[in-house]
Amino acid sequence: MEKRTVYADNAATTAMSMRAIEAMTPCFMKIYGNPSSLHSIGQEAKEVLVDCRERMAARLGCKPEEIYFTSGGSEADNQCIRSAALLGARKGKRHIVSTAFEHHAVLHTLDKLKKEGFEVTLLDVHNNGLITAEEVRAAIRPDTCLVTVMYANNEIGTIQPIREIGRVCREMGVIFHTDAVQAVGHIPVNVAEDNVDMLSLSAHKFHGPKGVGALYCKKGLPLSTLIEGGAQERGKRAGTENIAGIAGMTAALEEACEHLEENMERLTKMRDRLIEGLKKIPYSGLNGDAKRRLPGNVNMSFEGAEGESLILYASAEGICLSSGSACTTASLQPSHVLMSLGLPHEVAHCSLRITLADTNSEEDVDYMLEKLPKVVERVRNISSLWDDYVSGKIPHVLGGKTQG
Amino acid sequence: MALYSEKVMDHFTNPRNVGVIEDADGVGEVGNAVCGDIMKIYLKIKDGIIEDVKFKTFGCGSAIASSSMATEMIKGKPLSQALELTNKAVAEALDGLPAHKMHCSVLAEEAIRAAIKDYYDKNGIEYDKSQFPEPHDEEEHPTEE
Ligand SMILES: Cc1ncc(COP(=O)(O)O)c(C=O)c1O
Repeated sequence: MEKRTVYADNAATTAMSMRAIEAMTPCFMKIYGNPSSLHSIGQEAKEVLVDCRERMAARLGCKPEEIYFTSGGSEADNQCIRSAALLGARKGKRHIVSTAFEHHAVLHTLDKLKKEGFEVTLLDVHNNGLITAEEVRAAIRPDTCLVTVMYANNEIGTIQPIREIGRVCREMGVIFHTDAVQAVGHIPVNVAEDNVDMLSLSAHKFHGPKGVGALYCKKGLPLSTLIEGGAQERGKRAGTENIAGIAGMTAALEEACEHLEENMERLTKMRDRLIEGLKKIPYSGLNGDAKRRLPGNVNMSFEGAEGESLILYASAEGICLSSGSACTTASLQPSHVLMSLGLPHEVAHCSLRITLADTNSEEDVDYMLEKLPKVVERVRNISSLWDDYVSGKIPHVLGGKTQG
Repeated sequence: MALYSEKVMDHFTNPRNVGVIEDADGVGEVGNAVCGDIMKIYLKIKDGIIEDVKFKTFGCGSAIASSSMATEMIKGKPLSQALELTNKAVAEALDGLPAHKMHCSVLAEEAIRAAIKDYYDKNGIEYDKSQFPEPHDEEEHPTEE
């Protein structure tokens, strides 16, 4: 097969869509005003802002005044969690429930809150990468002020039972936040139907620009500010609005939502074809539940083949992927997500994440199915650990079976 | 790829001396699967000279490149010279390694030392114990993010 470039790292970021770029261009060229200015050029920009807020709200199932634009998913996570914590502290509630495999934007915020006197319960995820609403219920205490559980995981793509968790939180009177950065634009998300009080999203995960995102905060829930200054975003987020970014994000979300069903169906087939094909590699295993996962997410471990080496040899073949191995995280610990599944270190080090988007083709899948088994073999041929498995010095840990 | 120098990428893409020596005179293995790096070095020694050397490494790009470079640097050399090989020399020969990957070059130095020690032990050859400190504990390596 002829060499090609396959970008299959869409959970890291996505290519921008033409529609998003076209929505942004006029904001650079003509609508360059400051929405806070009273003159015509400023008011034009204000109109774009108002329009985008309405369109974003329509896609998420909320009111425009419940949408706040931010600089991305990390800021949205920080602001939602801090707001709920502050609210809780005022009522003497200083306990937060979350999971062990959240994104660092959530985990590090929780770590800081711990230093500020909060208590955090991190629920263990099952080895299939899921938790249940009943486990959340059991962790909620009278002094719990917030439950924050990610909609879909960025590494293994598992989709949590958000609606059920939301229902439990409603029953128990606890604020529920979800980091939906990997979910929005990829699977149906509706804050009303999903019983969510706060939600974070990020444009660059659905073909919008980087450095822009939004949070949803249910009406009546007081949001506190992270960034002080002007009165933008109804006084909750200072700074002249990123009009072009917001316009690009809105266009990208609309495009993603319009094609949601067809994209999901097509990507699920491509994903399952990849998994089936790669499972033929002996001593490999799928990480995370096979069904309850994002349409485009494949995460597998290949015994004895270290993740960074896999990425680099795959890259030499034109295939762009990522891994949860320690070597890709600049620490000696493999990804906290894979470890939270209870995987042994040596399996977590040997993982490969392939994340497809609608920009990928069946030919991309064919190409990866041809090249990746050779990449794994190449890495294993250099690997002393692989020799030890083959010679029987140490027992195999993966049997080519699916985990979980 | 900007993370690594061209030298590192060359040694990673075309690693020299990959393999196993079945009747090796000395074998050294350092690192562990928990930390994600294991290096195993095989030596064939004649008259105090390293006649042949092969390696197998489980690890990242810089671990494989360090093994490849280190084995090239000691092949055909007397044991005394191989014992003088430092991790810094390996890293320099590779035109540098990122700070958080320096431990890969340390592993290469230690694997060679361990293989030579194995050869001495097997053949009842006397040696200066201080030349063979215990291999590093991986925990000591920098873990900055
Ligand atoms: C689950 C999740 N949360 C938060 C973020 C952070 O988003 P951003 O890069 O927009 O700050 C990411 C992406 O990196 C993510 O995958």
